This record gives sequence, C-alpha cells and structure tokens, in this order.
Amino acid sequence: MRRLGPFVFEPRLSPPRYIVFGVSVLAVVVALLAAAPVFLGYGQNPWQAYAAIGRGIFGSWPSFSEVLRRAIPLILCGVGLTLAFRAQFWNIGAEGQLLAGAVAATGVALFLRVPEGLRLPLMFLFGFLAGAFWGLIPALLRVKLGVNDVISTLMLNYVMAYIVEWLVHGPWKGPTMRGFAYTDAFPLAARLSFLPATRVHWVTLVLGVVMAVLIALLLARTRLGYEIRVVGQNPDAARYAGINFTVVLSLVMILSGGLAGLAGVGEVAGIHWRLRSPSHISMNYGYTAIIVAWLARGNPLAAIFTALLFGLFFAAGDYMKTTLGLPFQITGVFNGLILFFLIGFDLLMFWRVRLARKEGAWISQAGS
Amino acid sequence: MLGVPKERPTHAEQPPLVLLRDITKSFPGVLANDHVNFEVRPGEIHALLGENGAGKTTLMNILYGLYRPDSGEIYIRGEKVQIRSPRDAIQLGIGMVHQHFKLVLPHTVAENVALGLNGTPFWAPAKVVAQKLRELSTRYGLHVDPERRVWELSAGEQQRVEILKALIRGAEVLILDEPTSVLTPQETAELFKVLRRMKEEGHGIIFISHKLDEVLEIADRITVMRRGKVVGTLLAQEADKATLARMMVGREVVFRLSKTTCNPGEAALRVEDLYVRSDRGLWALKGISFAVCRGEILGVAGIAGNGQRELVEALAGLRRVERGRILILGKEVNGRSARAISDLGVAHIPEERIRMGIVPGLPVEENLILKKHHRPPFCWRGFLRFLAIREFAKRAIEEYGIITPSPKTPAKLLSGGNIQRLILARELSGRPAVVIAAHPTYGLDVGATEQIRQILLRQRDEGAAVLLVSEDLEEIMELADRIAVIFRGEIMGIVPAAEATLEEIGLMMAGEKRVKVEG
Repeated sequence: MRRLGPFVFEPRLSPPRYIVFGVSVLAVVVALLAAAPVFLGYGQNPWQAYAAIGRGIFGSWPSFSEVLRRAIPLILCGVGLTLAFRAQFWNIGAEGQLLAGAVAATGVALFLRVPEGLRLPLMFLFGFLAGAFWGLIPALLRVKLGVNDVISTLMLNYVMAYIVEWLVHGPWKGPTMRGFAYTDAFPLAARLSFLPATRVHWVTLVLGVVMAVLIALLLARTRLGYEIRVVGQNPDAARYAGINFTVVLSLVMILSGGLAGLAGVGEVAGIHWRLRSPSHISMNYGYTAIIVAWLARGNPLAAIFTALLFGLFFAAGDYMKTTLGLPFQITGVFNGLILFFLIGFDLLMFWRVRLARKEGAWISQAGS
Repeated sequence: MLGVPKERPTHAEQPPLVLLRDITKSFPGVLANDHVNFEVRPGEIHALLGENGAGKTTLMNILYGLYRPDSGEIYIRGEKVQIRSPRDAIQLGIGMVHQHFKLVLPHTVAENVALGLNGTPFWAPAKVVAQKLRELSTRYGLHVDPERRVWELSAGEQQRVEILKALIRGAEVLILDEPTSVLTPQETAELFKVLRRMKEEGHGIIFISHKLDEVLEIADRITVMRRGKVVGTLLAQEADKATLARMMVGREVVFRLSKTTCNPGEAALRVEDLYVRSDRGLWALKGISFAVCRGEILGVAGIAGNGQRELVEALAGLRRVERGRILILGKEVNGRSARAISDLGVAHIPEERIRMGIVPGLPVEENLILKKHHRPPFCWRGFLRFLAIREFAKRAIEEYGIITPSPKTPAKLLSGGNIQRLILARELSGRPAVVIAAHPTYGLDVGATEQIRQILLRQRDEGAAVLLVSEDLEEIMELADRIAVIFRGEIMGIVPAAEATLEEIGLMMAGEKRVKVEG
C-alpha cells in the first residue's frame, strides 16, 4: 500500500475484466479531451467539431464504409501484433512487414506469368511470405545474437521503406506513368473487388476477421499457443520447461509479419492498384497497429474492434481534411495521445486507488 | 575505551530498550500482526521464533520504520516514539541486519560503512571510518579488514560488516533477521561469540529465527509467534525443543522422519568428471563425479554459491557441459535439450520456484502440465486437450493438497507452500526415475516442509534416485542416505548420513577437510 497526498494505492494482482475495459475506454475519452486544444488552436470549437465528424461519418453508408476500409490493414497488422506481444516480442516492424507484402504482391501482379485466376491468390501467398521473411529476420537476430527486437524491427521499417522508394523510382518505375514515381497499374485480374458503392475490398476484410479467429484459437487451444503464452509470461519457466525459443519466436514472427504482409497486399491490390511511395501505401498503419494491439490487451478478437475504432479515427481525419479544413495529421496527435494515456492508465489497472479515510489520513499526515 | 570492567547495574531495573505494545498491522487479506507485545531489555538476547509468515519480519519492519502499524505504540527507553522511516530508527539507536545483505560489492568495507553515515568529512570519508572500524572490531571481536573489497569476503564476513555498520551508527538494539541462514556451523559459532560480547556491553539483540537449536543456544528469552499473534514468551532455560515446536506449529511435530533402509539398485544418475562454467565464465564445477542409485537420496550440502546451482542446471540440461559426462539410466545426455532430459524421466524442482517453476499469470491447471504439455494425453495433433488437463489438475490438487480456489486461478495468487506443492505435483507425476530437488523447502512453513520431505522420501521408496541440494544441513541429515559436500566446485567428500556428524560436514563445507570419495 502506498500513499500519495489524499490517495491510497493498493496493489491489485489480477484486474477483473470490467476494470480492464473501463480503463481502456477512459484512456480513449481522456485522449479526446486532451486533443481539444488542438481544435481550439485552429479556431474550431472541439465539441462542435467532434459532433460534426460523428454526423458526417455515421450519416451515410458510403462515408461509414470508409471506417471499414481504414480498419482492414489495422485488423491484419493488429492481430499479428497481439500475437507477437503475447510472446513478449516487441514487434514495432509491422510497417515494414506491410510494405514487404505490398512489394511482393506488386511483383506477382506485374511480372509473374501465371494464369489470371491464380494471380490474386498468389499475390496474397507471396505477400504473406514476404512479410513473414521481414519479420523472421529480427526474431532470429534476437534468439541467436541477442539483438534487441525493438531496435531491429524499427530499423527494418526504414530499410523496407527505402527499398520501396528505390523500386518506384528505379527498376519498377512504370513506363506508362509519365515520370510519376509509380509502378504501372495492376491488370484487372490483380485488383480486388469492392463492396457496392464503397472502396471496401471485402476479401481482405474477411481475411482479417478469419485470421483474428484463427490466431485466437491458436493462442487458447493449441500446443504452440500454450508455448507462446509461457514464453511471453515467464521466459525463465519456458527455458526450464525446455521450450525451444528459436522455434516459438520464429513461428510467432512468421505469423505476425505474414499478417502485416497480407495487409500490404490488400492496400496495393484493393486501393492503389500499383506500388507507390511508402507513405501513400501505408499511412503509418503499421505503427497505429501497435496501439490497436495494445488497446486490445493482446486479445486478437478484441483487436478487430480496436482496429475499427482506429479506422474511425482515420476516417475522421479524412473528414476533417475535406470538410472542416483541418490537417489530417490531427489523427496522429489523437493516436499518440491515446497510447500515452493507455500506458499511463495501466496504473489504475494494477493499483486500486481510493481516497484515504479521514482517520487514516491523519495518521499518514503524522507519518509522511 | 576498554577499561577495567566496572560493576554493571542490573539491567532489569532500567526501562526496556524497546517496548512494542499492542501492535496491529494488516495487509489486504492478512492480519500480519495481531495485538503483538514484545520487549527487549538492555543486555538481553531476545529471540523471535516462528514459522515463515508468522509475522516476525513484519513486526521488525515496523520497529525499523519500514512499515507503519495500523495501531499500537512503540516505546524506546521508556519514551513513546513514532518511527516513520529507517532514518528515525537509526537515530533512536536501532540497527537491522537484513537476511539479504545490503552492501556495495565492488567497494571496500570502510566505504560501505561510510555510505550514508552522518558526520563524516566530504573528502575521503572512508579514512576516518576505517580508524573507528578497527576500534569497534577489537572491542567486539568482529574481525574484518576495512580495506578489503566486499566481494572478496565470505558471507560471514559480510555479515560482520553489516553488524559494524549498525554499531558505528550507534545501535543499541540490533535486529538480526535469520542471521545464520548463510553461515557455516563454524561461522555461526563465531557470530554467537560476537553477540554474547555485545550483550555484555549492554546492547539488546533481537534474533529472528525459525531454527530451534540455535534459539535455545543463544537466546535469553524466546517469544514465539504464530499467525500474527504472540503465543508466548519464555525464558530459554525453561524452554525445550518440543515445547517450542508445539508453540510454533500449534501441534506436535515428529522430528525424525521415518526412514526405511536404503537398497541402492542400479545407478540412475551418474556424473563423471563434470566441468561446468558459471554465468561469468569461471569454472563453477571442477571435475566432480558421483552416482545416485535408485531408491536412494544423495544430499548435496554446501554453502550457497559453491556450484550447486550450476550442477542442478547442468543435470537438467539448462547449462552447457564443458567436459565430462552425465548419464541418466545409462544414457549419455550431454548436449541434450532440457525437454529431452525431462522426457527421459528427470524431474527438476527448481531453486527459484516463482521465477522458474511457474508461469504466474497462467491458471493452476495450465501450470500443472508445463513440460508435459507437448505429449499425450494433454496434447493431440498440436491441440491441447482441456478435458484431460482438467481431469489431471483435479487429481493433482487433491492428491498433493494444493489449496486453490479453483484450477483456473492464476498460479501467482497461491501461497509459497502451495506453489511448491503445485511444482511437486507436476514434476513427480508419471513416476520420474531421477528427481533433482534444489532447496525444496526453502522459505516454507513447518507444515509444508514436513509434507514435502515425506513426498521426497516416498519418491525414494518407490525407486526414484533423488538428488537433494539444500543449504539446510538438518534437512540433509534427516533425509539423505549419503551426503556429498561441495566446496568451490569440488566435492570434498561423500559420507554415509548415518556416520556423518554436523561438525565433520561443517568443516568440509568450509573447505577445511576432505575425505576420500568413494566410487
């Protein structure tokens, strides 16, 4: 028990679910409040702005569908990251893994000679493999050489971003694109179809939800999932139990990176139909997915919903830009604030805070 | 300072140095101290006896200002005081030697003592302190060289540094928390000499322990605590082991565990000329050899840090064998993984049960299958079979008396004794051929200790080869059929327990004696 001013903190060993949920909601709400001054700085009333955004997005199916479209890469990356985080592997590299998937998909779309019916399935397959490969590198570096996973995954993002830049400016630059840094447009057989009246490439959306369910099953019901949980919660016990770290962490990062790779396939095959500058393809989905996974508390199914929430923030950013004339970057401010408060409010999960009773308070005054 | 001893006033007439009255302290879910009364007079060694978790350390932490009591009063030399921090306690003349020493290893003794000491000069405080230290050392017979670096010192010497730290700060009352747990019998004797010397000088000493023999030897008065309450205070002359034990546990304790005669069969575990390095790359084991037969307990005695940890880890496949061989049931297992060795039928009860033995966040039932989760019946084609797991958990919980609200409770919510029962239930299921038990009862209460010792004996009787590594000599004497003493990575000798004496083992533990190792 600790005292801080009039408050008493008592440790809470395993927080009940409603506390975890309540604290998470609280973090989002407080982040929305904390973002209000940014609107004021642009001369907008924040409450009116929030209301306008709400009306704009929930007002019609096409505008609401943008939430889904934005959520697709976040679901895939977020689910992969929950898996990595459960193994205590700090994969900050979903961004690079997503781009790796986009590159592989582009390669298959533009340069591989295959029957047209196989083209999309192969794009997904190779996108998964490319993301998996990009994720496997830091896993092996950590297991074999003890390289810090945060640093290596983060740095590989930049490596992949520059590879994409080089491809679109260099060897893959589209001859028909008149000097733009794009590849050629994908053939029709390499494009994903939309839900009517939207830009929701539903195949990827379904894939994301199915993957979330599969990963949840993997974690809860399989031997590998059990080993992942043991490795994540107590590496010493895992070593003691003879669990092979190389195998477990490699598989975790193959899946985690692979899922991010699938997200990359969805973006190029569903939205852009070409490879282009990395900032256009990803819009920091890989980084935002870190917050998605964190908010989901490592639960892959919950990641679907937290991804939708952040899809909403992205859609709100679009709306602010087009309708309210505010910069899209406010979304980034939001996301940062949410992660900040989430981590800060963990305190409330593991400590029960209450006001000190009068009597007790006096004793403590004498004491502290 | 040292003059002709004057006629001492009888201390009994003075107010007690420390008087704790009606101290109550609760933690969430536990009443750690329940209206406890305790006093120490000048020139007295007052032992505080009780099982782990009886509330001894809580009470002393209150006296030392680390906790604040919920209610109750503290009087020092008859004056009511508030002790808000260890700083207050030190000013009031209270010193504490913790079970785990709080020393800066790369620094010298004098530097350690000077750290945080009031009234030392800004530059080179250790110089002034060194002089004072020499005085105190001779006065109390606490021999330590002030210039030596702490990491070079033995545990006994480090403890002397801690006592000197307290004395130089003017401690009149010295609290010693389990002071003998890290000492050899010889070092313990030395410590007792120092304590008697301090007593003559009029200090009051609080001696926390759960070892009956020691308490009877050194204390003037003994206060026994159980479950947060004082059971009683008696004079040491009037106390005996059986009474104290009954007060501690609240029932009769059988001291001699029934031990059947040993029939050493084939050697289930054989170690030949084993060389292993420590984490720092130094030799931790230097060519040790021994064998453990089926139906036998081989006790490994030694002071902590003489290679026991490395030995256990090497046997369990967690540490590389540099030279030599380990044979389990006749098969060489050098270089095999921990899982392969476990699958051969080697149970490993690890030293640090919470750090290594369990996954705190996972439920009890999932902790019970660790190491066996990859094999039938718990796993089928990569999927876990929760029906089988639940069934097994229910049986294990019942058979080993694990107290848990449900099989789905996270293991971290269990008490130390129940965590150890969980580990034993897991490790001993499926009839292991070899059981490696590292400090299996360390820190457990008497009830759990007794149960776990019985379980180990039963394993032996059922034909397992048991290697028991423990710092508790009495435990080894009671359980082992043969005793191997390890010192600085070498085996000083292996003697049959029936013929061993505490003194002989103690000398071997200190590296003073070596006997010929039999096959």
